[in-house]
Amino acid sequence: MVSLKEVVNDPQGLVVQDALHSLGYPEVEGARVGKFIRLELVGADQEEAQARVEEMCRRLLCNGVIEEYRFELTSDPKA
Amino acid sequence: MSLRFGIAVFPGTWSDRDCAHAVELTGAEAVSLWHADADVKGCDVVVLPGGFAYGDYLRTGAIARFAPLMEAVREHARQGGLVLGICNGFQILCEAGMLPGALLRNASLQFRCQPCGLRVETTSSPFLGCAQRGQVLRIPVSHGEGRFYADEETMARLNGEGRVAFRYSDESGQPTSAANPNGSLENVAGILNEAGNVLGMMPHPERACEELLGSDQGLLLFRPVIGQLARPAG
Repeated sequence: MVSLKEVVNDPQGLVVQDALHSLGYPEVEGARVGKFIRLELVGADQEEAQARVEEMCRRLLCNGVIEEYRFELTSDPKA
Repeated sequence: MSLRFGIAVFPGTWSDRDCAHAVELTGAEAVSLWHADADVKGCDVVVLPGGFAYGDYLRTGAIARFAPLMEAVREHARQGGLVLGICNGFQILCEAGMLPGALLRNASLQFRCQPCGLRVETTSSPFLGCAQRGQVLRIPVSHGEGRFYADEETMARLNGEGRVAFRYSDESGQPTSAANPNGSLENVAGILNEAGNVLGMMPHPERACEELLGSDQGLLLFRPVIGQLARPAG
């Protein structure tokens, strides 16, 4: 999950919030639009995968100037 | 001896021919630089033109910064060579870490294609050697993601070191919010690196090179004053 930092203005999120208000959901106090990226990795070593995904986020998937990221690893039950 | 400009072409670049035309109008030579080549072909100036390099997938400039050509451009800049990033080229320079900050979706969420006033904030760059401080240039923008953002500390440093090249302003030189087409922080339209040899700007000077196009003030950016490098390249 890659999203804009809280301090960065997110006009898309504001539009989504306005739209939800006009649809009758006044309880929505904030909306932020981010990106969801699914990676499929080969290999069984969780620790190594953790470190490598961390590196992928820093080098490419997330621009640290404006964005922040978080991720979780799950194993494929079919594997 | 006339200057030699290298015009970078990535998959998705579309402003390269316009940039070459602008270069040729000044009497300089324009050669094409292919994204897959790690070579700037002995050029004095490298131009990263506008467009949608690699489709702008993930983020604008995020993939382009890893092109082999960018290593050569980085080395060229390190040696004091000039680099001009226009629109997508500016986005690539920010992603590559050659300029600070980032360019976000326009505050209006709309693509903006319109003439803008640009107040020249400094002349301590070879690219601005022919300009005058406070002068308002009329050059169009054409982008959907040009809202300049930098954190407070970075913005203070840019201001303190005189590295803001242009601010969007009205005709009288006032940087009003009405003159700001994309919601850029402090109306920033272009910035310089520490040495002043790398300039990134969202507006398109190559589209303001002939009176027929409504302005020829963009030509100024294609007439860099070599030897005017005020600060050593880092």
